Amino acid sequence: MPSKQDLLDLQFIDVRHKLIDIAAFLDRIDRHPGEPDYRYEALQKALLTLLLDRPDRARAVLESLSDHSTGVTERAPFQGAFGAALPLIADH
Amino acid sequence: MKYIEPHGHMVSRTTDDYEKLALSGCEAICEPAFWAGFDRSSADGFYDYFRQLTEYEPKRAAKYGIKHYSWLCINPKEADDPGFAREVMSLIPQFLDCPTVLGIGEIGLNKNTRNELTIFEEHVQLAVDRDLPILIHTPHLEDKLKGTRLILDSLASFSQLDRAKVIIDHVEEHTISHVLDSGYWAGMTLYPESKCSPNRAIDMLELYGPERLWMNSACDWGHSDPLAVPKCALEMKRRQHSAQSIENIIYQNPRKFLSQSTRFTL
Repeated sequence: MPSKQDLLDLQFIDVRHKLIDIAAFLDRIDRHPGEPDYRYEALQKALLTLLLDRPDRARAVLESLSDHSTGVTERAPFQGAFGAALPLIADH
Repeated sequence: MKYIEPHGHMVSRTTDDYEKLALSGCEAICEPAFWAGFDRSSADGFYDYFRQLTEYEPKRAAKYGIKHYSWLCINPKEADDPGFAREVMSLIPQFLDCPTVLGIGEIGLNKNTRNELTIFEEHVQLAVDRDLPILIHTPHLEDKLKGTRLILDSLASFSQLDRAKVIIDHVEEHTISHVLDSGYWAGMTLYPESKCSPNRAIDMLELYGPERLWMNSACDWGHSDPLAVPKCALEMKRRQHSAQSIENIIYQNPRKFLSQSTRFTL
């Protein structure tokens, strides 16, 4: 099993790159005009889990971005998935 | 290195991809029926698709020394119209005796609707009646958790179902334990943007162990990589996994599950 040092040597630069990309994305959204969006709000909420002291942050992020409604409709009101639950569905 | 690609939509890929797969050590590809990127206008479209899966693709793969197998169904997205879905399902039995058809798949849910669930259960019953393995698709992104729960609840009502013959695919960190704890196989799909990255798949492998787990590329017409499985094997090597543990997850495990169909031979 690789040590913490081994994994940092192997993956730190890649993860650093991804972290800066997220920061730049947040900056980009902030400086452009437009209305608040549920996906951005969901992302901000999910980001808070990254600093929690728990062993399953990836699971927590995925759960945070999931539809937790329990109802089942007859037919799909729309097609496609967008990465975060629509507020109306999430509140259902 | 040899491996099995247990989930690839080769009808969407070029012949060059077959060559790359062969050069990377791929010995067999299994192709579930899926959504073509557009809704087909008639059941005849599916008849032609099933012929493509059972007649044409095995020949195309054979030119590169790769065995090609398929799974048949109407995908969950087009199953939201039950009348149409049943028309397509009536075509399936005549193809189930083809020598390269392994079972029913990839069935499942897309937007987690009652209609999708009804057709899903009719497919499961078809598989149970014929003692066929089942490959299950779980929904995308925000719909995955709810869809996985609905699928597991539904499967629990089939008392005759052999859970060892069912693989639930596209698991991620928030669904894998639900699937494995219920006694099913779980598939991890390696995608560039959605589903799993190689490192996340390896994390899950380390956390949950290799029992009843496989990896696939699910390469199709979208953003996907037909070489995702051998690339993940390389990442496993970089993370100090042994050659034996790599072979177990990319070759022995899929072979074990797929060999439950007597048609699957390597």
